[in-house]
Amino acid sequence: MLEIRGLSKTFSMGSINEKLAVDEVDLTLKAGEFVTIIGGNGAGKSTLLNCIAGVYEADKGSIVLDSMDITYWPEYRRSQYIGRVFQDPLKGTAFDMSIEENLAMAYAKGKPHGLQWGIRKADTKKFRDHLARLGLGLENRMKQKVGLLSGGQRQALTLLMATVVKPKLLLLDEHTAALDPSAARQVLYLTRELVEQHQLCTLMVTHNMKAALEYGTRTIMMHDGRIILDISGEERREMTVDKLIDLFGRRSGQELDNDRLLLS
Amino acid sequence: MSLLALQGTVELGIIYALMALGVFISFRTLNMPDLTVDSSFTLGAAVSAMLCTMGHPFLAIPAAMVAGCFAGNVTALLYTKLKIQPLLAGILVMLGLYSVNLRVMAGRANIPLINQPTVFNSLQGTSVEAQITWLLPLIMLLGVIILLFLFLQTRFGLVLRATGDNDQMVRAVGVNTDTTILFGLGLANTLVALSGAMIAQYQSFADVSMGVGMVIIGLASVIIGEVIFGTNSLLRRLIAVVLGAMLYRLVIAIALHLGMPPTDLKLVSAFIVTLALASPVIKEGLLSRRKRSRQSVHKEV
Repeated sequence: MLEIRGLSKTFSMGSINEKLAVDEVDLTLKAGEFVTIIGGNGAGKSTLLNCIAGVYEADKGSIVLDSMDITYWPEYRRSQYIGRVFQDPLKGTAFDMSIEENLAMAYAKGKPHGLQWGIRKADTKKFRDHLARLGLGLENRMKQKVGLLSGGQRQALTLLMATVVKPKLLLLDEHTAALDPSAARQVLYLTRELVEQHQLCTLMVTHNMKAALEYGTRTIMMHDGRIILDISGEERREMTVDKLIDLFGRRSGQELDNDRLLLS
Repeated sequence: MSLLALQGTVELGIIYALMALGVFISFRTLNMPDLTVDSSFTLGAAVSAMLCTMGHPFLAIPAAMVAGCFAGNVTALLYTKLKIQPLLAGILVMLGLYSVNLRVMAGRANIPLINQPTVFNSLQGTSVEAQITWLLPLIMLLGVIILLFLFLQTRFGLVLRATGDNDQMVRAVGVNTDTTILFGLGLANTLVALSGAMIAQYQSFADVSMGVGMVIIGLASVIIGEVIFGTNSLLRRLIAVVLGAMLYRLVIAIALHLGMPPTDLKLVSAFIVTLALASPVIKEGLLSRRKRSRQSVHKEV
């Protein structure tokens, strides 16, 4: 479904702050595969996702999604096939517009954005059903502005918006990192449910090693812009957080000293 | 204030409300401080006045709107394609348009329309002759409000509104924000130019500096409307802008009536907008002072 070949991205090229954020990454995802990505700060996880989403253009390499070469597509064009949820709950929704209006925009993805009526009666019913399935009671607040929702509710809504038109690829960039533990758990459950229900090809960046092993079907670990570990199947089922930390030390040649990774 | 003066104020308020709606689109909907307004207002007036002198007062209105739209498009392109800050992009277009406006006006700084056909005197001899000065602008304004209200609820209208809220999200649902900004600033300045075109024919002259400070007047109208009439729903917001524009005119008219020299008009406008923009800070400051004074009372007890 997704095929990345030799992808590299350098920031501030030629300056004193030059940073090779993604270094010759190869990654292939099969249809329906749910991959979790872990790694320390500056490992290149977010940059990799942003390169796939088109926020940054890759310096080298190619990105092929469902046999379309999207390497040089602008961000908005890739979005027709890629659903995204960001770390910042404010980023995924328009705060001054209603829940219904936000959903309507996501629902019109890939369709012409002309002078058609934004929210049709039939759509409203569909939105209500979708929202009801989130189990947060949002179906009764459809006319309310998104600005009134909590971070967890917003991320749940953004998840729904990212998947209401089935994407070929779902990108989750630490989408629970800004939430309190119980909201984070709720959004993670919801993520699994939606991914399984639609059989979505998914890349989820997380700082939570336990969650990385618990959710999804495959886990990769990044360090200094490269993939240093890629496990799935039997090997992954027997993996524990301790073994993962040990593996990290051996593969990267340094101690895992990232508090955020260890504590969570 | 005489009834006639009041009627004149209302008529001006209606025409300026069109401009304020344009400013609402750029400032509130797109969240972009668009300074193009100062010169696209004059551009609308210039085009309108020139076509009047050629005997086409009705054609003058749509022609002015098209010109205003282009002006807004240029600002949008400077911002989206050349990555010039929105404030600067607007100032650049404003500066450039000053020369363009003079060219449109055939090198003259002022075009009088005395004894020229305008939309206001073209119906002489009919039964609506006396009412035309307020009826025509009012019909136009109502039409614009209805069209805007409907448009902002279409699919494109939704993403246009979302662009000012969160452009990242708009791109994430597959819409090019360069397009929404291009169209949005075009629409905003279309309305501004429409207002300028009507003012020129209403006042029977166009002047190359008549747009100076127009963006501030528009912003004042938007803010006054929001503060007094609220922002609860889309329709309410649009009507609030209109009422804000009327109220602004009324305040100015009263001030002039009370003996304020007209040359002080811009200073007063600047003061009103400063006050309106600073109102959250002022409110907070007053609240915290009250809190502090209450606490010190408690200590003394």
